[in-house]
Amino acid sequence: MKRSAWGGPWLVLLLALGGAVLPVRAQSQKDAAFLTTLGQLRDASYDDKQAIVEKLSQSGHPGVRAVLQALLDERLYYRNSDQRIFIAKSAEGDPLKLVDPLTLKDAGSASADSMTQIGTNNALRHSVRLTLARYSLSSPDAAVRLDAAREILTSLDDATIALLRERLPLEKNAAVKKEIATGIALADLDSTDASARLNAIATLKESLSQDVRNRLEQLTGKNSDGSFTEPDERVRRAAAAAMQTIDGWRTFYADIQILFFGLSLGSVLVLIATGLAITFGVMGVINMAHGELMMLGAYTTYVVQMIMPGHIALSILVSIPAAFIVSGLAGVAMERTIIQYLYGRPLETLLATFGVSLILQQGVRSIFTALNRSVQTPDFMSGSLRLNDALEITYNRLYIVIFTLLVFALLLLILKRTRIGLDIRAVSQNRAMAKAMGIRTEWVDAMTFGLGSGIAGVAGVALSQLTNVGPNLGQSYIIDSFMVVVFGGVGNLWGSLVGGMSMGVVNQLLEPYAGAVLAKILVLVALILFIQARPRGLFPQVGRGAEDK
Amino acid sequence: MKPTGRPMTTWLLTAGLVFSAAASAQNTIKVGVLHSLSGTMAISETTLKDTILMMIDQQNKKGGLLGKKLEAVVVDPASNWPLFAEKASELLEKDKVAVVFGCWTSVSRKSVLPVFEKDDGLLFYPVQYEGEESSRNVIYTGAAPNQQAIPAVDYLMKEVGVKRWVLEGTDYVYPRTTNKILEAYLRAKGVKPEDISINYTPFGYSNWQARVAEIKKFGSAGKKTAVVSTINGDANVPFYKELANQKISAENIPVVAFSVGEEELSGVDTKPLVGHLAAWNYFESINTPANKAFIDQWHAFIKNPKRTTNDPMEASYIGFNLWVKAVQKAGTTQTDKVIAALPGLSTPNLTGGTATVLPNHHITKPVYIGEVKADGQFNVVWKSPGEVPGDAWSDYLPGSKDIEADWVTLHCGNYNKVTKKCSGQNYK
Repeated sequence: MKRSAWGGPWLVLLLALGGAVLPVRAQSQKDAAFLTTLGQLRDASYDDKQAIVEKLSQSGHPGVRAVLQALLDERLYYRNSDQRIFIAKSAEGDPLKLVDPLTLKDAGSASADSMTQIGTNNALRHSVRLTLARYSLSSPDAAVRLDAAREILTSLDDATIALLRERLPLEKNAAVKKEIATGIALADLDSTDASARLNAIATLKESLSQDVRNRLEQLTGKNSDGSFTEPDERVRRAAAAAMQTIDGWRTFYADIQILFFGLSLGSVLVLIATGLAITFGVMGVINMAHGELMMLGAYTTYVVQMIMPGHIALSILVSIPAAFIVSGLAGVAMERTIIQYLYGRPLETLLATFGVSLILQQGVRSIFTALNRSVQTPDFMSGSLRLNDALEITYNRLYIVIFTLLVFALLLLILKRTRIGLDIRAVSQNRAMAKAMGIRTEWVDAMTFGLGSGIAGVAGVALSQLTNVGPNLGQSYIIDSFMVVVFGGVGNLWGSLVGGMSMGVVNQLLEPYAGAVLAKILVLVALILFIQARPRGLFPQVGRGAEDK
Repeated sequence: MKPTGRPMTTWLLTAGLVFSAAASAQNTIKVGVLHSLSGTMAISETTLKDTILMMIDQQNKKGGLLGKKLEAVVVDPASNWPLFAEKASELLEKDKVAVVFGCWTSVSRKSVLPVFEKDDGLLFYPVQYEGEESSRNVIYTGAAPNQQAIPAVDYLMKEVGVKRWVLEGTDYVYPRTTNKILEAYLRAKGVKPEDISINYTPFGYSNWQARVAEIKKFGSAGKKTAVVSTINGDANVPFYKELANQKISAENIPVVAFSVGEEELSGVDTKPLVGHLAAWNYFESINTPANKAFIDQWHAFIKNPKRTTNDPMEASYIGFNLWVKAVQKAGTTQTDKVIAALPGLSTPNLTGGTATVLPNHHITKPVYIGEVKADGQFNVVWKSPGEVPGDAWSDYLPGSKDIEADWVTLHCGNYNKVTKKCSGQNYK
């Protein structure tokens, strides 16, 4: 897109005022010209459309902003019958509700078949976004201004730099101010005055942006004929020093990011293993259907979302107790009907629960078909938290780390502070003695299994946000959860926490070098070696009761 | 599922079809349909079975073929590769079908290949694949790499100005072969090795955070970067989700996919995907009378107006029409004569062009590049100037560039132009 034709800051100011100051007579001529230009969008090539967008934005017509926004959102149409261009209020729904691009007033509605959408491609959308950013730079909302400033920074030219210089003294928000200052400093690097360039570098040193770093690197490089791109040696040295500072910080933040990735993978492992730590660790039942209990939790999330359309964020919160109850009840039913007859016979338990897992899988296949179900992600879990230019943390992972810690804390609380927790610990430590003290061990067994299964269901809610909800969901996580429990030490919840987190971090540290497949293999091999050396895991259970496990 | 544990329904279905076939043996032409109706591939392959059934239904309404009705023999190889070979020989030896439409994954095609060559059957294969193959008994109606992957890379290089490449794939034969061809192609175009990053992940991978962060870092070196994705199956959903979460938009780092179409996007929230690309030979959104008629016919047949159409369906449609024409031309369903009649035959495709069978048993196809729209359809942003002839053996791999396939004059699918020798399947 050529922006040399852009008329300078005064024109921008006019645009900001929306052309409202122009005389009325000129207005009708302007309208006609605007409509003609707009009409060209119908069958132009994508490159031509960019030129038309440029022309539109220079026209200064009050309808420009709405038209461009509509073009960006796939809401700009023309009517097949008379080729007139309209904005649709929403791209969805039939008939479409139309808005006149000239007056921005309602213009009735039309069936979707009678209208043709004006298509865009990536390059066109980028230039439209950039054009819109120029308008947004004077928005009253600081967040909008910040996004606009960042957008403008991605492709600077004379016109946008002039715009930035104009905005800088008016800007009150510190974050926006910093972005604008960075943009101006980047422009000043092209200045003929060496001291201006040095000043610019001093400003840019504060930045963490990769774009700034790349620009500084150009200053330290050489041209194809061997001469330096930057003639002044002081500037070169300052640029190299600034680059080093930026690189240092970026590496530091990259390390933090890998650590976070590791913790987030670790918390998924902890979450899926916590339920198993109770059923396998505390009760000693090898439950091969543990993965399918997670799958039930994930499907519960899907069903809750179906029941509550339009309340996605709320539905996730409702899903957590719902999944706990569904999977918990399934667990209690399993325990009462099958597992209670098989205590002390691990091989039979393994086979029976494996059978249950196949039944559950086929069950959801029959009810929901073999196709994956799409569980929607609430807005508060999409996107990422931007800490600075070098470090962004994705919300979904962040919430899952927090969620895992909450579930873990709650579970500890139940086990340590409640009556049922006391019973569970008593039965798992010495069944005969507990029975002698009047504890209904059978009831406690069922409750314990239900608790472990319920937590598997809760883990399923979290997984529904990270992976596909399908009949095979459980199978892909069952091995991992057993691994974590064995590594952490059977019967020890803290072991599962430490074990899961450390496996996650080690996996993510290895992944950039070894790739996803090899990293997982290396973790498994390390685990096998570790178990050889310490068969009881990280935190082995001690005491008299431990021998029976 | 184990090969021995065939579902009861399959038995009943096969038995029923065999009995009904015996009653009307002389008056029908049997058409084999070899697509998985259960297991992991059922999601994709069931649609193709329905497409062929729809085509047979339509042909019968037109009065059948050579004065006989067509009769479908549907078997279920259950996404189990050895079972594909078993079912194929059942179709050819027991049911004596005239033609088979089937297979999706390359491994299933490789598994039935010896059966078709031994029993002299005829298979129409409707899916884009990695090339490096040409059999006398197979007509490849899907895209070869030069009809999908290479044009897509060309588009990114020339129209988008991409200088740095991430080749991201699922760890199996199709992505590995395609990426080998693409890497050789990019190197031949002068892309430096440090500007190419290749990575493979397992089937169903979901922990994309570190890899996507890596792609983001790779793409921030100041050169325009694109991802060429041969990620297959449901790993795509978390991949695109993670791209959106880490704020990698199609405007910064576009992803062009070869295995993501309308069917895969149905049921996925496509808003964060807007602008990412796919390369195919057909899009549902292409507005031609033939395509509109096909979509309407499909909706009526499947009794669901929301079902999408996709590229392999068009390839099945083309394959079926080519076979009908070949039978009419040969005047018989005898395999040898039909195979001899096929090269040179043409049939209109759904996007306003023509599909012609080439001597190497591939067909001519137009190439389209589409950008994902918010409604899950594709907006075509580039189209090849005409139809591109399918090339069985890639010109960019050292081992295969001297090899030629020609079943008309050379009668060989693997003819080395330098040593003048024919290896592999050789009949004459």
